[in-house]
Amino acid sequence: MHSSTAALAEQFDDLEQQHEASSLGMWIFLATEVMFFGGLFTAYILFRNFYLPAFEAGSRLLDVRIGAFNTAVLLCSSLTMALAVRAAQLGKKGLLITFLLLTLLLGMTFVGVKLALEWRHDYLEGFVPGVNWTFHGPDSRHLELFFCFYFFLTGIHALHMVIGVGILTVLIIMAGRGRFSPQRYNAVEVSGLYWHFVDIVWIFLYPLLYLIGGRY
Amino acid sequence: MVGHVVHKKLYILVFAALLALTALTTGVAFIDLGKWNTVAALAIAVCKASLVVLFFMHLRWSSGLMRMVLLAAFVWFAILVTLTLSDEFTRPWTPVPSNWEAQIQQQVR
Repeated sequence: MHSSTAALAEQFDDLEQQHEASSLGMWIFLATEVMFFGGLFTAYILFRNFYLPAFEAGSRLLDVRIGAFNTAVLLCSSLTMALAVRAAQLGKKGLLITFLLLTLLLGMTFVGVKLALEWRHDYLEGFVPGVNWTFHGPDSRHLELFFCFYFFLTGIHALHMVIGVGILTVLIIMAGRGRFSPQRYNAVEVSGLYWHFVDIVWIFLYPLLYLIGGRY
Repeated sequence: MVGHVVHKKLYILVFAALLALTALTTGVAFIDLGKWNTVAALAIAVCKASLVVLFFMHLRWSSGLMRMVLLAAFVWFAILVTLTLSDEFTRPWTPVPSNWEAQIQQQVR
């Protein structure tokens, strides 16, 4: 009983209420994130309708193999994150640190592939508006707009991944110091919610950027 | 202990389903279905997101409070998309007269 009273902050009635309060806070933050990404998604859908041929041509210039690979990497990281939360619930410290480290590695793989392979390739091919742009023609301005959306959407998503990697690093240090118990693992739980949300954003980005527009 | 502990097997099952749906959506993109390509891609994405929200994010075992927050987020997003697109899709309903510049000039005078 001693550990559970130590885990409970004084403003809460019981552990269940404390747990729900922290999750609710993260869900409300994620609701604001839905609006944040939602604005960009809406603008993308709108301009895609305006300049459909250019946006479809832009989609076909992206490497679907890298997109599919990164989707798989991110789904794996969501699984390891879910298992990390489970390890925290069961109070298995070693397992918790292992799964957090795996999630961290997979997250870094995603960002690494994006930067070193994909964006580097886009730069060398001249797909980067304002930096290295090689297209000239009647539709080139509209194609440029597609690539602006592509870099903003994937860039802001990658920024969320980098923040997630930072959060995971803090969690691993906290777990190493034995700061979590089956009574109090709220930090792991809410970080998990954030990580899965970033995964969901990519679940929509992958088809919207890489797939629709006809690969056939 | 606080919160619902999900069985390990269920997580792995959900993960397998997510990978299968990713393979499906990638495969479908290479088949010409016309307008249905977009519908299929978005429908599969919604399925995948639902799996993540329900199982990985524990919404299946969360209280109504969390569900309300998520619902509110998507209702506001739906308002954003619907109102914006309703403007775009209804623009051709009232065509701009070809001599609109002359008409404005006339009104100014």
